[in-house]
Amino acid sequence: MDNNQVNANRKQYIILRFDSEQYGIDISYIDNIVRLQPITRVPHSQPYFLGVINLRGEIIPVMSMRRKFELDDAENTGKTRILIIKAENAKIGILVDEVREVVTLDEEDIEKITADDSRAYLTGVGKYNDTLISLINISGLVADIDNE
Amino acid sequence: MDLSQYLEIFIDETKEHLQTLNDQVLILEAEPENIDTVNEIFRAAHSLKGMAGTMGFKRMQRLTHDMENVFSEIRNGKLNVNADMVDIVFKCLDAIEGYLTNIIESADEGTEDNEELIGLLNDALSESTDAAPAEEKKKEQETEKSSSEKADGEDRCKFRSVPIADFEKNAMLEAKGKGMHVYAATVYIQESCLLKAARAFLVFKGVEDKGEVIKSYPSAQDIEDEKFELDFSMFIVSEKSLDEIKTTIENVSEIEEAVIEEYEIPDTATETVPKNEEPKNNKTEEAPKPVVSEKKEEKKAPAKAAGKPVVNRSVRVDIEKLDDLMNLVSELIIAKNGLVSVSGVAAANDQKFNEQIEYLERITTNLHESVMKTRMVPIESVVNRFPRMIRDLSKKLNKEMELIMTGEDTELDRTVIDEIGDPLMHMLRNAADHGLESTIDRLRIGKPQVGTIRLDAYQDGNNVTIEVSDDGSGIDVEKIKQKAIDKGAITEEQAEYMSEKEAVDLLFQPAFSTAEKISDVSGRGVGLDVVKNKIEGLGGDVEVASKLGEGTTFIVRLPLTLAIIQALMVDVCGEKYALPLNSIVTLEEILPEDIKYVHTKEVINLRGTVIPLVRLNEVLDVSSDDDEETNPDDEGLVVVIVKKGDKQAGLVISKLIGQQEIVIKPLGKFIHVPKLISGATILGNGDVALIIDSNTLV
Repeated sequence: MDNNQVNANRKQYIILRFDSEQYGIDISYIDNIVRLQPITRVPHSQPYFLGVINLRGEIIPVMSMRRKFELDDAENTGKTRILIIKAENAKIGILVDEVREVVTLDEEDIEKITADDSRAYLTGVGKYNDTLISLINISGLVADIDNE
Repeated sequence: MDLSQYLEIFIDETKEHLQTLNDQVLILEAEPENIDTVNEIFRAAHSLKGMAGTMGFKRMQRLTHDMENVFSEIRNGKLNVNADMVDIVFKCLDAIEGYLTNIIESADEGTEDNEELIGLLNDALSESTDAAPAEEKKKEQETEKSSSEKADGEDRCKFRSVPIADFEKNAMLEAKGKGMHVYAATVYIQESCLLKAARAFLVFKGVEDKGEVIKSYPSAQDIEDEKFELDFSMFIVSEKSLDEIKTTIENVSEIEEAVIEEYEIPDTATETVPKNEEPKNNKTEEAPKPVVSEKKEEKKAPAKAAGKPVVNRSVRVDIEKLDDLMNLVSELIIAKNGLVSVSGVAAANDQKFNEQIEYLERITTNLHESVMKTRMVPIESVVNRFPRMIRDLSKKLNKEMELIMTGEDTELDRTVIDEIGDPLMHMLRNAADHGLESTIDRLRIGKPQVGTIRLDAYQDGNNVTIEVSDDGSGIDVEKIKQKAIDKGAITEEQAEYMSEKEAVDLLFQPAFSTAEKISDVSGRGVGLDVVKNKIEGLGGDVEVASKLGEGTTFIVRLPLTLAIIQALMVDVCGEKYALPLNSIVTLEEILPEDIKYVHTKEVINLRGTVIPLVRLNEVLDVSSDDDEETNPDDEGLVVVIVKKGDKQAGLVISKLIGQQEIVIKPLGKFIHVPKLISGATILGNGDVALIIDSNTLV
C-alpha cells in the first residue's frame, strides 16, 4: 500500500469554535488541551494576552483568539478550553470557546488563501461534511506576535 | 580516534594554563630574576604543548613548543628576560588563545600558522649562545627521569595485588572452561602524558576489540575520571594470544609498557583476604614517589598534582547537570509549597503532620542552599585576566597604573559569573582611560606618579558587591551636564535643578561618552548603558560615587543566586504579587493624613526621610472594582519600604500575605512583559504570581 502517499495529502485538524464559526488548527502544532484555569493577568502586556497559566510547573502565556481576531470577549463556559500550541520552541496557550473534534482533510478539500489576503492568519478554508472550516495559520500568527 | 569527549577537558585545562602563563609572565616582567616564576611558566608551556599534541592541534603545538624552548633557555640562564621578550610572549599567549577560541567554536584550531611569532621566538632563541646543547640536556633529563622511574618500580605486575571478587573469578573460570585465555595486565602510561584517561580509554577500546575486559583496577569509572596514577591493571578474557594483546595495548601512543601474563585464577576464597591488604602497601610505597621526583624533576610535579584527585578533591561537572539539579530542586520547592498550603486547610490540627511538613521545609531549604553552593564560583575566574589587561592598557595609553584586587575568592552563581566579565572589564577600561589622569598631569597636581585602580569584591548579606574605583580626576558634574545639554538629552533648565547624583546617572544614558577624544580603549558612546543593562538583567544594580579630583567608584551589587529567592507575598486589590525580600527595608502603616505632596507627587516623611509613595494598584493597572476593600480611606495604608542603593520608595499595597521561598520562572517567549515584572512564580495552590522588580520603582 502507498500509505505515505495518502498521508502526504491528508492532514489532521483540530476543530474549534468561536461563536458560530469553526476554525481548524493543524494538529501537529498542538501540545495539549487543558480546561480553563485561573489566568494571572500580566500588566502592560499586549492587549490580546490574557495573562499566564501554570501548566505543570511551566509558565505559559495565554492569548485570546477572540481579541486577536477583534471579536468581542465571550462568557467562559464549561466548554471553554486552553489549547497549548508549540511553536518556535516555545509554548503559547490559546483560549477557545470550544474544542469540537479532530478531522482529517484531504488536500483537495482545502481552498488555499493567498498571503496578501487581509486575513493572513488563515491558510485556507477546508470543507468537511458540508461545513466550512477556516484553517488558522499558526506560524503566521506566532511570527506576528514576535514582530510586535 | 575519537578524542571529542576529551575536548572539554582540554579546553578547560588550556584555559587554566593560559591564565597561569599570563599571571606568571606578569610577575616575570616585574621580577626578571625570579626563577620560581620561570619554572612555573616552563611547566605551563610544557603542559600546553603536550596537550595540544595529544589532541592533534599541530599549529598550537608548534607555537607552544617554541615558546617552551625560549623558557627552557631562560631557565638555564642562557637568555635574559627583557621587555621585548615579554611582549613577544604575551603576543604568543594571545595567539594561543586565538587557537583556543577556534577550537571552542569549531573543534578545530584554524589555519593561522603564526609564522611571524614563531620567527620572533626563534630570533630570541638564537640570541642565546648555544641552543642545541640545551635541547640535548633536556632530553637527557627526560631519559634520566624515566630510568629513575623504572628503578623504583619494583613490582611491575601490580595486578597480582588486585582483589578479585567471587563473581569475577567465576566469570574467569567460565571463560577458561570455554578454552579462552585469561590475561592479567598492568599498563603503564608515560609520565609526560596529559590526558591519561584518554589513553586509558584507547587501551580499553583496543582490548575490547580482541576480547573482553572482566575487571579493571581502579574501576572503569575511576579511570574515566582520571582517578589513577600512572598505571592501571586489567583482567582480560580473550581467544587471542598474549603477544597480540600486548601489542594492541602498547600500540596506543604514550603507553610506556604493558606488563601482561596469563592469569592464574586464585582458587580459594581465603586467598583474597590477605590480598586486600596489599594495595595499601602499594599505596604507601607509591606515596613518597612523587615527592622524590619533585625534588629531582621540579617541572613535572605540579602538573601531576593538578591531575590527581587525591590532592584536589573536586570533580568537574557539566554546568548543564547542575542546572538540571537546580531545576529539580525548584520543582521540589514548588511541591513543598503546595503541601504547605494544603496542610493549612486539611490538617490544621494534626500536629504530627505539621511537624513533618516543617521538617521537609528545613530539608528543602538546606538542599537548595547546598545545590546553590555547588554552583558558586569564585570571581577569581573572571577577574584574574584583568591584571594583564591593565598592563596592556598601561602601555597603550602611556599612563602608569597598577591594579589592586581584593576579595577574588568571593563567590557568585555560575550564571552570574559568566555574564559579569564584560561589564567589569568595561568599567576597568573606563577607569584606566577616563578615570586616571595622564602621568604628567598626575605629577603636576602632586598625585603619586602611578595611578591606582582597585577592584574590591565582598559579600554583603544576600548580595555580592563589587567596587571598581580609581584615584583619578573624578567625574566633573558640570561637564556632564554641559555634554547632556549639547546632545539634547536635557534642557538647560533641567540641568540647573539636577542634583549631583542625577547628573552622574546621565552617564548611564545610551550614547553618552564624556571622553574628549575617542580612543579605541573606550569612549565610543556605547558603554555604561550597556553595563547597566547587563547588570540589571542579572538582577543587580550599579551606581557611581565620585569626588572631583579624588577619584570615581562604581559600585555593582549582584544577587547571590538567581533561581530561588525569599520574597514577601503581597495582595494588590485581589491580585497576588511577590516582592524580593532583599530589597525590602521595612513595613509601615501610614495614615492617610501623613501623606504630603511634593511636586504633586505623594511622599511620606518616615523618621526624618522623605520617601516617595508608589501606589502599586496604579502602576500595575489593577482595576479596583471592589472599592470598599481596597480603598479604605479612614484606615491606614500598608506600605512596603524598598531600597535601591541609598534611595528608597514606599510601595502601597492592599494586604500582606507573608514571607515565602519562591522559584523564579520566565514568563514565556511571546508575551511582552514590562520591566517592572522580573518573572513569575508558582504558588503552593498552583496559581501563578508575578514578581515585582522594585528597583524599577525607586
